[in-house]
Amino acid sequence: MKQLFAVLLVLFAWSVNTYAKEAEPVMGDEALQERVMKLAGELRCLVCQGESLAESHSDFAKDMLVKIRELIQQGKTNQEVKDYLVERYGDFILYRPPFSGITAYIWVAPFVLAVAGAGLLIFNIRRRRERMKVAPLSEEEQARVNSLLKEDAGDGKAAMASEGDRP
Amino acid sequence: MMRFLIPLVVFVVLVGFLWKGLALDPSEVPTPLLNKPAPAFKLQELQNASQTLSPANLRGKVWLLNVWASWCVSCREEHPVLLRYSKTGEVPIYGLNYKDQRKDALRWLQQFGNPYVANGFDTDGQVGIDYGVYGVPETYVIDRQGVIRHKHIGPITDTVWRDEIMPIVRKLKG
Amino acid sequence: MIPEIGHFALIVALCVALVQGTLPLVGAARGIPRWMALARPAAQGQFVFVAISYACLTYAFIHSDFSVLYVAEHSNSALPLIYRIAGVWGGHEGSLLLWILMLSIWMLAVTVFSRHLPEEMVARVLGVMGLVSVGFLCFIIFTSDPFQRLLPAAPDGQDLNPLLQDPGLAIHPPMLYMGYVGFSVAFAFAIAALLGGKLDATWARWSRPWTTVAWMFLTCGIALGSWWSYYVLGWGGWWFWDPVENASFMPWLVGTALIHSLAVTEKRGSFKSWTVLLAIFAFSLSLLGTFLVRSGVLTSVHSFASDPKRGLFILIFLVIVVGSSLMLYAWRAPKVGLGGSFAMVSRESLLLANNVLFTTAAATVLLGTLAPLFVDALVAVGMLGPTNKISVGAPYFNLVFVPIMFFAVFLMAVGPIAKWKKANVPELAARLKWGGVTSVVIAVIMPFLLGHWSWLVSLGILMAFWIIFAVAQGMWERLQRTHSDRSWLGRLVGLPKSFLGMQLAHLGVAVFILGVTVIGGYEVGKDVKMNIGDTVEVGGYTFRFDGVMSVPGPNYEATRGIIKVFKDGVPLEELHPEKRVYRVQRQPMTNAAIDSGFFRHLFVALGEPVGNGGWSVRVYYKPLVSWIWLGCVMMALGGLLAISDRRYRTLARKQREQLRGGADASVSVAPQPKPALTRAEVKS
Repeated sequence: MKQLFAVLLVLFAWSVNTYAKEAEPVMGDEALQERVMKLAGELRCLVCQGESLAESHSDFAKDMLVKIRELIQQGKTNQEVKDYLVERYGDFILYRPPFSGITAYIWVAPFVLAVAGAGLLIFNIRRRRERMKVAPLSEEEQARVNSLLKEDAGDGKAAMASEGDRP
Repeated sequence: MMRFLIPLVVFVVLVGFLWKGLALDPSEVPTPLLNKPAPAFKLQELQNASQTLSPANLRGKVWLLNVWASWCVSCREEHPVLLRYSKTGEVPIYGLNYKDQRKDALRWLQQFGNPYVANGFDTDGQVGIDYGVYGVPETYVIDRQGVIRHKHIGPITDTVWRDEIMPIVRKLKG
Repeated sequence: MIPEIGHFALIVALCVALVQGTLPLVGAARGIPRWMALARPAAQGQFVFVAISYACLTYAFIHSDFSVLYVAEHSNSALPLIYRIAGVWGGHEGSLLLWILMLSIWMLAVTVFSRHLPEEMVARVLGVMGLVSVGFLCFIIFTSDPFQRLLPAAPDGQDLNPLLQDPGLAIHPPMLYMGYVGFSVAFAFAIAALLGGKLDATWARWSRPWTTVAWMFLTCGIALGSWWSYYVLGWGGWWFWDPVENASFMPWLVGTALIHSLAVTEKRGSFKSWTVLLAIFAFSLSLLGTFLVRSGVLTSVHSFASDPKRGLFILIFLVIVVGSSLMLYAWRAPKVGLGGSFAMVSRESLLLANNVLFTTAAATVLLGTLAPLFVDALVAVGMLGPTNKISVGAPYFNLVFVPIMFFAVFLMAVGPIAKWKKANVPELAARLKWGGVTSVVIAVIMPFLLGHWSWLVSLGILMAFWIIFAVAQGMWERLQRTHSDRSWLGRLVGLPKSFLGMQLAHLGVAVFILGVTVIGGYEVGKDVKMNIGDTVEVGGYTFRFDGVMSVPGPNYEATRGIIKVFKDGVPLEELHPEKRVYRVQRQPMTNAAIDSGFFRHLFVALGEPVGNGGWSVRVYYKPLVSWIWLGCVMMALGGLLAISDRRYRTLARKQREQLRGGADASVSVAPQPKPALTRAEVKS
């Protein structure tokens, strides 16, 4: 009887031990999981094509995650994992287009555009100002301008000031 | 004055690309394995587990490797085409049964017919990854030296067989 | 019977549109008042017939008429009513009909709110919109008829795509289309001005409220799309730089540049040709977006079933509309005057620098979106080897977009306080000095307080606070200048609405940047295997997995997970993430459960069963994620506030009187925009 009780006690203790615990990461090891997911974020899902392997729900993405984990556990570096996949799937599987060949143009283009746009703007402003150089006023004309301005000023400085700053 | 025409010119160039793009399929991923040796493998044969299938044993032949699975809907679409052309004997079709269950695959072949000379049973999809498979069905044309000379993504239709695959096969056969 | 009425109504609408698109334009060119006067009734008539057509399609959906092919493809008898109504725009043909409906609504609005505009202008604007309408109506009638019959009728429908069976479907597309289509009004104004050969500050003043309203709708539409995909797609991402998303973002970027450019043209009469070009670009990008989404030229999770034949039609339409407007531009724009001049550093130049940045941003997004297509095309003609195939994704856009926006944000603080015509640089620096220094200090310190330090987070915080202090500075300086005996709150409310709107919108940008920065830097997620009773700790919250249960839905079967959330041992919420399989389409869907708070979201999604009743579960702590959409809402509200400005109301009366007096509209000094527009727009 006592033995049965002891056995039951041990069984009970053991089962309670395994009952409620901190959930473990899907890949078993948190550091491993983080590394896999980070790498997966840099690779494209070839089925959805717009999403990375980390984001995609597709079966292909799931298979790739398993493969990446396998490769990492075999001791490969991140670069070696990428090379492995590029060998089989082409550069396309890299989410960030490598800086080579045609993609170099694509990387550089925005900055070239921005600089060109800024340059165009400055050029335009300069040219406009030259085109619109106004002849200086004669003394008489200047006096008329002054008296007109003084008239307006009397109507309320606040209105004038705010007019100038209105968006 | 001329600078006001620039937007129009840029637009015309853009339209040119868009027009060309209408004829293309953007989701097709070209294989980096083109003109490279077909990755080696040794898989259990689907119908006879004691036998194996390996590209090394197929040297000297021009052959097709067709990746399929019983759960794949598009494979059903291309199956009658493969069946029909397998009977002409022009080029042997070997299958790569991808991420499937043996009994499901066998049942499928029994129900719909078997165009394959032999099938490699790639249940974990490992060989598929080596070949850059990302969807099913896919078909490879492999030459006498074991080099991949063409990959077709998606189901094979009569037109694809006639105009895309067979010209390459005939050229390789010499 | 009803579908046939719907189809017939479309044909009648096309005839009306043909009239509307030709006679008023010729009338305006030749000075034939009777032809010009046709514009308004034609537009109103078009609205009536398009509305009838739309109602017929909705009727077919509600009554599950599966003898209509489109209904059979996108509906089901078990589909809940709200999705039968919203599902009308769930597919290509129906969404096109929605497009046309929106266009006719905008045309109707133009007929109502344009009483003070000269008849010539109204005739041209409605005429151009009529031509656009002709194009879309032809497209629908000849290639994408939603009323096509399916005989014999299907016993039941193929059901609406499960991804669309969500409240988001009810609001996102209508909002988005109101924005897209709204830019056609700005476009029409631009073309009308080019045709009439009269392009001046008054034109800008007319155009501006219409553009702002369209921009508001587009802002809301994009924000809704982002929010919707956040809780439906992926694992709680809010922007994927997907081609379809980019298709809506590009018009928005150009639209923002356009609003700012219109400000310069309205105020100073400068850079008119640039503003007109932007108006053409904004709508062209809307049309381009329509093309990209429906032609199969790009892959996307969002794209409609693609058909190259339809793609060709849209492309031809695009060529006609954009090509002819750019030709008109090349012909007429050189004759447009230059407007006032201004210094290298002035509010004008700063606003225009802002435009350069936004346009570059739009061009960048366009380049990145189309690059794969360019490369594929070059490969196809043999100019590039096939292994060059590329795809451009989030890493590219994020990396390239941020620096451009950084400069735009810098300008956002300087522009509003710079003087028109010539600004004093040392003075500006002095005013911005304290805000700048404080922002830098906060930007350096705050990341430590939030968790860990990173360059990107610091940069984001710097940008956000730079704006916040600039807004505060602008408000403070402005309030100081108002000479009034009222309390500061009274004075605040008394400030011009356009000024307040601008500050609110810019503040919205700051809130948006904070949201993006914080969630980008401090989001925490864990992917864990959970057996019943297991817990996981994320972001200071504890999540306990209490098992799953089966829950049948109206047209799906769901496995519902039960996750209890605790903070410091105190139970907070019970979350129910689901995995659904819709009975008809059999596509498994992951519906995440979200506990939304102002400062953080808790995001839980079921993965796969792992045996013994356990499941893999993804749990995320997402701080400040709702600020992303809050910022967008603030931007839209800012726009709303801006168009409610007094000057659009009181001075319109003066203008009406002047018009009646026969004075030449463009010469008058008083601004002449829409009167009742503001009140009605506020209501809408």
